[in-house]
Amino acid sequence: MRIASCLLGSALAVALSSGPAVAAEELTGTLKKIKDTGTITLGHRDASIPFSYLGGTSREPIGYSHDLQLKVVEALKQQLGLPELKVRYTLVTSQSRIPLVQNGTVDLECGSTTNNVERQQQVAFSVGIFEVGTRLLTKKTSGIQDFPDLKGKNVVTTAGTTSERLLRSMNVEKQMGMSIIAAKDHGESFLMLESGRAAAFMMDDALLYGEMAKARKPDDWAVVGTPQSFEIYGCMLRKGDPAFKKAVDDALVATYRSGEISAIYDKWFLQPIPPKGLNLNFPMSDELKKLIEVPTDKSAEEM
Amino acid sequence: MDYNWDWGVFLRATGIGDEIYLDWFVAGLGWTVAVALAGWIVALLLGSLLGVLRTLPNRWLSGLATAYVELFRNVPLLVQLFIWYFLVPDLLPEPLELWFKQDLSPATSAYLSVVVCLGLFTAARVCEQVRTGIQALPGGQTAAALALGLRTGQIYRQVLLPQAFRIIIPPLTSEFLNIFKNSSVASLIGLMELLAQTKQTAEFSAHLFEAFTLATLIYFTLNMSLMLVMRRIEKKVAVPGLIAGGK
Repeated sequence: MRIASCLLGSALAVALSSGPAVAAEELTGTLKKIKDTGTITLGHRDASIPFSYLGGTSREPIGYSHDLQLKVVEALKQQLGLPELKVRYTLVTSQSRIPLVQNGTVDLECGSTTNNVERQQQVAFSVGIFEVGTRLLTKKTSGIQDFPDLKGKNVVTTAGTTSERLLRSMNVEKQMGMSIIAAKDHGESFLMLESGRAAAFMMDDALLYGEMAKARKPDDWAVVGTPQSFEIYGCMLRKGDPAFKKAVDDALVATYRSGEISAIYDKWFLQPIPPKGLNLNFPMSDELKKLIEVPTDKSAEEM
Repeated sequence: MDYNWDWGVFLRATGIGDEIYLDWFVAGLGWTVAVALAGWIVALLLGSLLGVLRTLPNRWLSGLATAYVELFRNVPLLVQLFIWYFLVPDLLPEPLELWFKQDLSPATSAYLSVVVCLGLFTAARVCEQVRTGIQALPGGQTAAALALGLRTGQIYRQVLLPQAFRIIIPPLTSEFLNIFKNSSVASLIGLMELLAQTKQTAEFSAHLFEAFTLATLIYFTLNMSLMLVMRRIEKKVAVPGLIAGGK
């Protein structure tokens, strides 16, 4: 496997770098690939509401992160002089997103991917596009107000998320005796909560509001608790491609500076959204306001 | 491909207590074995019973076993698991439902669901092998046993089944290995078996290829060893001259 991937890697490297080696001013890396093929491949999610999900009328993804992704595409059209730039969509999962960016299947992935130090070893991140706090979704009648109330309870979270890591550490360090369920995706986590298997669901607050909006009776539920961590979402791209990263960052920062970001935010968090026409009513947090004011590609832990 | 390989990742701290990633794999392997073995016991007992039923002259009993096989063999395993885990508990009487969902630890309720699911699913397949094992025997054996005055139960216990089980050891081995591989569906209902731990390691460490490579090696080694054990058993129980298999 190692040899095969090395061979593949070097073949790819030769294919990608043969041009720029002779003429330094020419486009390199992903920008060159986009220019040469006239196509950019965007990665999207299927159920990260309201960031990147399927649920609109067409088969194309929709969402907050998706709109920002399209801003990048617009900017690339200008920069590369490619008004006809074609966009291809590839559905990624939380497991497949990193390898698909690395192996060149996906050029840019904007969904609900947390920028963290472990992932930075594998991929590069754009400036942050969102900031969430990890909190709890619970029934209003459950009596759970904050994390200490979880002692001895069943708590669900989605497998492989930062919330899972925090919850497991909390359980060990504070000896809370929680039973932790790791469900395979946010939808299933909510199912565990709704069907009474778990007393609370720990996750990124924005996603909790998204799940709440999907519930049969949204009014029965509440997002509670002090955020246990803040996380910055970013768009993923290949490492070691500064020209493409700059193009992506510039496009995002321009969207922040021009104030268009407010309209995009309102559209997804303060107005009814597909598929059910529910309103998340999730006002912009101070953390996100700060992130938009001072864009950064650092992870929240590094700040 | 621009991938940052690091095989030392398994010895690194996970950030939870003082566990390292390798501990997760060990714990995961434990669940995998526990699920597969318990499922296999259910499958072997129920499958043998159904296999015998299918060869009985009684039309109702054999029809019942046939219906069972068709039902469990034709519905995807994952669908069956979701039915056992999400639907069946809701159909139980309320005290039992609450006990299953809230008093049992989540790992136990997931474990019970997956053992029942894998056991019943695999039983359908074991049943077919037991049936073919019995039917592969010359009809004259039953006739001779009847002529000796043996009752049906005696014929099965003393004449047919001892031979049939010897014949079907190779296909049973592959079912036995299948149940270990199929146990990975448990990862989808939150049971932290080997595949779930692998995915978790991949997510937490961002070293996906190393994690899946290790999981592949563990599954492979586990199944190879089981296969060798089964081969020894096959040789050990072989009756010389009875069947041609097991060279």
